Amino acid sequence: MLVSNFRRKEAIPNHFILILFALLAVLPILVLFFNSIKPFSEFGLNPLGPPSEIRLQNFPDAWIAGEYTKIFFNSAKLVFGSVILCLAVSSLAGFSLAKLNPKGSAVIAIYLLVGISIPAQLYILPLFLLWKELSLLNTHIGLIIIYSALNAPFATFLIRSYMIRLPDELFDAAKLDGANTFQIFFRIALPLSWPVILTAGLIIGLAVWNEFLFALTFITDPNFKPMATILFSFQARFENNYALQSAAAIMMVAPVAILFMLFQRRFISGLTSGGLKE
Amino acid sequence: MNFLSNKSYIAWYFVIPVVFIHLFVIGIPSILSLALCLTDWSGLGKINYVGFENFIELFDDRYFKKAIFHNILWTIIFLTVPVCIALMCAYLLTGIKRGQMFYRLAFFFPYMLASVVNCQIWKYLFHPIHGLGGFFESIGIEALASSPFTTKETSLYAAAFVDGWHFWGFLVVIYLTGMYQVDNHLYEAADIEGASKFQKFRYITLPMIRPIFIFSLMIIIIWSVPVFDYVYILTGGGPAYSSEVVANYLYTHAFVRFNVGYASAVGTLMFIYVIFIVGIFGLLRKLGWEI
Repeated sequence: MLVSNFRRKEAIPNHFILILFALLAVLPILVLFFNSIKPFSEFGLNPLGPPSEIRLQNFPDAWIAGEYTKIFFNSAKLVFGSVILCLAVSSLAGFSLAKLNPKGSAVIAIYLLVGISIPAQLYILPLFLLWKELSLLNTHIGLIIIYSALNAPFATFLIRSYMIRLPDELFDAAKLDGANTFQIFFRIALPLSWPVILTAGLIIGLAVWNEFLFALTFITDPNFKPMATILFSFQARFENNYALQSAAAIMMVAPVAILFMLFQRRFISGLTSGGLKE
Repeated sequence: MNFLSNKSYIAWYFVIPVVFIHLFVIGIPSILSLALCLTDWSGLGKINYVGFENFIELFDDRYFKKAIFHNILWTIIFLTVPVCIALMCAYLLTGIKRGQMFYRLAFFFPYMLASVVNCQIWKYLFHPIHGLGGFFESIGIEALASSPFTTKETSLYAAAFVDGWHFWGFLVVIYLTGMYQVDNHLYEAADIEGASKFQKFRYITLPMIRPIFIFSLMIIIIWSVPVFDYVYILTGGGPAYSSEVVANYLYTHAFVRFNVGYASAVGTLMFIYVIFIVGIFGLLRKLGWEI
């Protein structure tokens, strides 16, 4: 009893400092949210506080002004395309590196590790010229291929680290029953690894949804642009209409916020797995 | 694992797709870039070999030197401010029971948001009329009365602030994971000895999380090299090159002026630097540092 009392008293200054930093993290996002449901006329008097009158009409307005039906679809295509392609190649490689250990697989692992550290600026210009030659500029498939390659090393290592812990006996038993390697992968390794596949998919999807540099460079046609670069041009186009701008930004945040609420642990563990060693 | 040792070529089929797509997008263009940095190509026409001329020109270019200096400043800022705040918050979080998850989510959420969104939020908050400009003026911080993104003296720090605001929650989570692995008996022993909170942090927590801590420093140094989004969106490198960073400098040469050779030379230097840093940390690990 005494101990817990002491602890509780000690915790109060902790909470005080932590709340200050939590407010620093959350309040700016809250201001954005308030602004997205605030009438434009109220901005002069009340730029930071909660709105006196909720105006949800900002969202349809922004949706129409930015032609978001098209843009949302563009982003969704990029996200799903990249998640599927990247997971397909990464789960195959992750399985091989975890359980098959081909001779010389260390070379592949080192190549992918170096690949993670290469700054995008080294290859972005030759890649751009290559994509121009192949007529892949301003196409979604071109960007999907790039996003899959960018995220593949991370996804491969994440999936490998999970599959390596699957018991070998399962695979040996299947082998004895006459299953070939591809059947073992599709029938045993893949279904058993669904948690890590889901985590990797969420992280890839988030990275693609938020990505800016490659979207800016490889898609210049406004009809094909995703949410991120459209929001960037939206900010310039409606420079002083903060209601419209904020509504557009919230539309980009909302799917992330909803998924984060549902899968907090997966997002946090997946995003920080690169920084944590086994 | 030996259930496939007789047919090991099948194992290779599984890695071919990832190697192929990665070589196609990253490997081959990187090698091209390493080759093109010795030419004066403009993207069209003949490719002339010019030796190390691009590099000689680069080291004479005062805007490039300025950009490098800004990247170094950026690295130093990120190695200190977010690291200290994150260490403190993670340590304080281990001392509380209630609300743990709430704080963790609150700190981490900005890390999930797109750079465009974060930049929009802070552009608005630092707006001299709509944002906090008036508030800063009334409490006597004149420097923030006008937008810090458009002032020469502050533009770089303001962009770094927004990026740091987005990033530090990530550090809290990885430090926290490390701190939970520390054996509780150590703290209990320290309590008996009458150690203060800070002493426990300094002599137990920090040494025990050293591997994660050193690793976080390495990724901060590496991630400070390609910094682009926040500078490009918030300041565009301006005003008057006051927030120019290497990645933005390269972007201008690559996609505005189409100096392929020159931009490749910048990219090559960035690559060499990153490999050098990774090499140093690898060497330290080999020498028996526990990192």
